[in-house]
Amino acid sequence: MSNSSFDIIFANNKLSLKFKGELSLYNLTKYKKKIDLLDLNEVDNVVLDFSELNFLDSAGSIFIDNLQREFSLNSIVHVETICDNIEVLDMFNLVKEQRLKSKKIVKPKKRKFLERIGEKTYENYLVFLSFLAFMGELFANKIYYLISYKSIRFKEIAFEINESAVKAIGIVSLTSFLIGLVIAYQSAFQLKIYGANIFIVDMLGISIFRELSPLITAIVIAGRSGSAFTAQIGAMKITQELDAMQTMGFDPYRFLVLPKIIALMITMPILIFISDLMAIVGGMVVANIDLGITIELFINRFNEVIAIKHFIIGIIKGPFFAFLIATIGIYRGLQVKDDTQSIGFNTTKSVVESIFAVIVCDAIFSIIFTNLGI
Amino acid sequence: MMSNIIEVKNIKTVFGDRIIHDGINLSVPKGSIYGLLGPSGCGKTTLLREMVMLQKFSGGDITIFSHKLNNIRYKEAISLRMKWGVLFQSGALFSSLTLKENIELPLIEYSDLSQEMIDDIVEFKINIVGLRSDDANLYPSQISGGMKKKAALARSLALDPKLLFLDEPTSGLDPISARDFDALILKLRDLLDLTIVMVSHDLQSIHDTLDKVAIIDNKKIVYEGNLKNIFSVENEFIKTFFQMGK
Repeated sequence: MSNSSFDIIFANNKLSLKFKGELSLYNLTKYKKKIDLLDLNEVDNVVLDFSELNFLDSAGSIFIDNLQREFSLNSIVHVETICDNIEVLDMFNLVKEQRLKSKKIVKPKKRKFLERIGEKTYENYLVFLSFLAFMGELFANKIYYLISYKSIRFKEIAFEINESAVKAIGIVSLTSFLIGLVIAYQSAFQLKIYGANIFIVDMLGISIFRELSPLITAIVIAGRSGSAFTAQIGAMKITQELDAMQTMGFDPYRFLVLPKIIALMITMPILIFISDLMAIVGGMVVANIDLGITIELFINRFNEVIAIKHFIIGIIKGPFFAFLIATIGIYRGLQVKDDTQSIGFNTTKSVVESIFAVIVCDAIFSIIFTNLGI
Repeated sequence: MMSNIIEVKNIKTVFGDRIIHDGINLSVPKGSIYGLLGPSGCGKTTLLREMVMLQKFSGGDITIFSHKLNNIRYKEAISLRMKWGVLFQSGALFSSLTLKENIELPLIEYSDLSQEMIDDIVEFKINIVGLRSDDANLYPSQISGGMKKKAALARSLALDPKLLFLDEPTSGLDPISARDFDALILKLRDLLDLTIVMVSHDLQSIHDTLDKVAIIDNKKIVYEGNLKNIFSVENEFIKTFFQMGK
C-alpha cells in the first residue's frame, strides 16, 4: 500500500483525479477527505484516471460509484473514465450492477419514551401471564405425580437433595455463623450501655429463629441452587435436550422440574435448622467474649425465654421459600431462548426475582403471624 | 505473485497420545476451490483450524501468503487474519448483534471509514450473498439456518479477503439451499477472485464446486489432485464415498 497515491489536478474547470497503486478500504478515507475539500460548482469536466491503478476492492468501487453519483447531482455531465485494467473494471462493474439491484437498508425507527414504557409494561404483563400458566401446569402435574405413587422419581429427588442442599451446608453454616456473630456484636455494644447484657439471649433467639435464619438460608440457596437450576435447564433448552425428552415421552416436568422442587422443599427446613444452630453459636461466642455471659448461663436463659413457636415459625417458612426459589429458577430456565445472551440474562433475573419473592413472602408471613398473635 | 496461496509441509498433530496427522503435505493454488475430504474423525477440521491459527500443530510448516505460521509475530498474525475470512459450520454470528452490526464489526475495527461508507459496503455485501436489505436489522436468532450461513459468509467477506475458509458450508441446509450455496460460492470465487479452502461431506457439493481435493485418511494424505483421477488410488474411503453417488 506504500506505493499507492492520489493526485488532483484542477485546471480550466477540468478536474482530473488520478489514482495509483491500490484503492481499498484502508486508504480511501484519506482520498475522500481531499475530494471533500474541492468546490464542485466550478467543475464542468471530470476525468477519473485509473490507468495506473492495479487493485480495487469492493469498498473502493463503492467509493468511486458514490463519487460518480455526487458528480451527477452537481450536474457535471462530462465524466470520463480512463481504465484499461480488466480486473479493476470487472470489480467496478460488478459493484455498480449489484448496487442498482439492491435496496437501501432502512434504519429501524427509534421508539419514543412512552412507547417504550408501554412496550415494557406489556412485556411484563405477558411474563406474568406465562408464569401463571407455568404454575398451572406445575400444579396439574404435581397432583398427578402425587396420586400415582410409582411415577415419583426417588432417585432424581435424592440426587437433587445432594446437589442443591447437602453441598450447600458448608456455605449456609458459615454465612449464618458470621451473621450471628455480627448481630450479637452490634447489639452487645448497645446493651452494655444499659447494663442489659443478659437480654442478648432474648434478642438473638427471637430474631434469628423467626427472621434471620430463614432469610439468610433462602438468599444463599437462591444464589447458589436457584441460579444453577436456570443455567442447567436453559442450557438443556438450547441444546434441544428438552425437546428430545419430550419426543421420547419423558415429561420434563416429571423428570426435571418436580424432583428439583420437591428436593428443595424437603431440605430447606433442614438447612434453616442448621442455620439456626450456627447463628446461635456465633451469638454465643460473642456473648461469652464481649459480655461475659457463660455458655451455661446463655443456654439456661435461652430455655427460659425462647418459646418453641419462634423456632417452628422459622422452619415453616422453609418449604414456602424453597417452592418460590425452585419454581422461579426453573421457570426462568424454561424462558431461555436460542441464543447465548439469554442464559446470562435469565440467570440474573432468576436470582433477583426469587430473592424478591422470598422477601415478599416473608412480609406476608409476618403480617399473618402478628395478626394471629403468634 | 506466487501461485500457491497455502503450502502445508509435513504437518504433525498429536493430541495426548493420539496421533491425528502424521506428515501431511498439500498446496492450495491461487484462485482454486480446494476441498479437504476424508472419513469423520480423520482431522479435516483440525487441519483447517491449524491453518487459521486457532490450533497449534506439533510439527511441520504451514505457509499462507508467504507467512510462516510457526512463531508468527503478533502484528503479522493480525494482518494475516485480515486477509482471510472464515465461515464456521454453524455460522457463529454474534447473537447479541443484528446481521448488519455483525458484518460492519470488522470494518469499524480495522478501517477508518465513515459510517455512511460502511452502510454502503454492508448493503453491498448483504445483497451479494443473496440476502435482502430488509434482513439487515434482524438478529441471528430470528433467521433460518441457510440465512445464517449467508450472513456469516457476508461477514467473512467484509474486509474483501482473497482467501476464504469454509467448514462444511452446506451441512444443515436442505438440498435446494445447499445447491444455491454452492452456486453462490462459485459465483463469488469468479467475481471477487477468491481462493477457497473447504471441508465438506456433501457429495453433490464436492462434484459441483471443487477444483482440487485432498483426501486425508489414516493420518496421511492418500490423494491430492482433481476429482477425475480419484480412482487411481486404492483406498477404502474413496471407494465407498465416491461410489455412493453412482
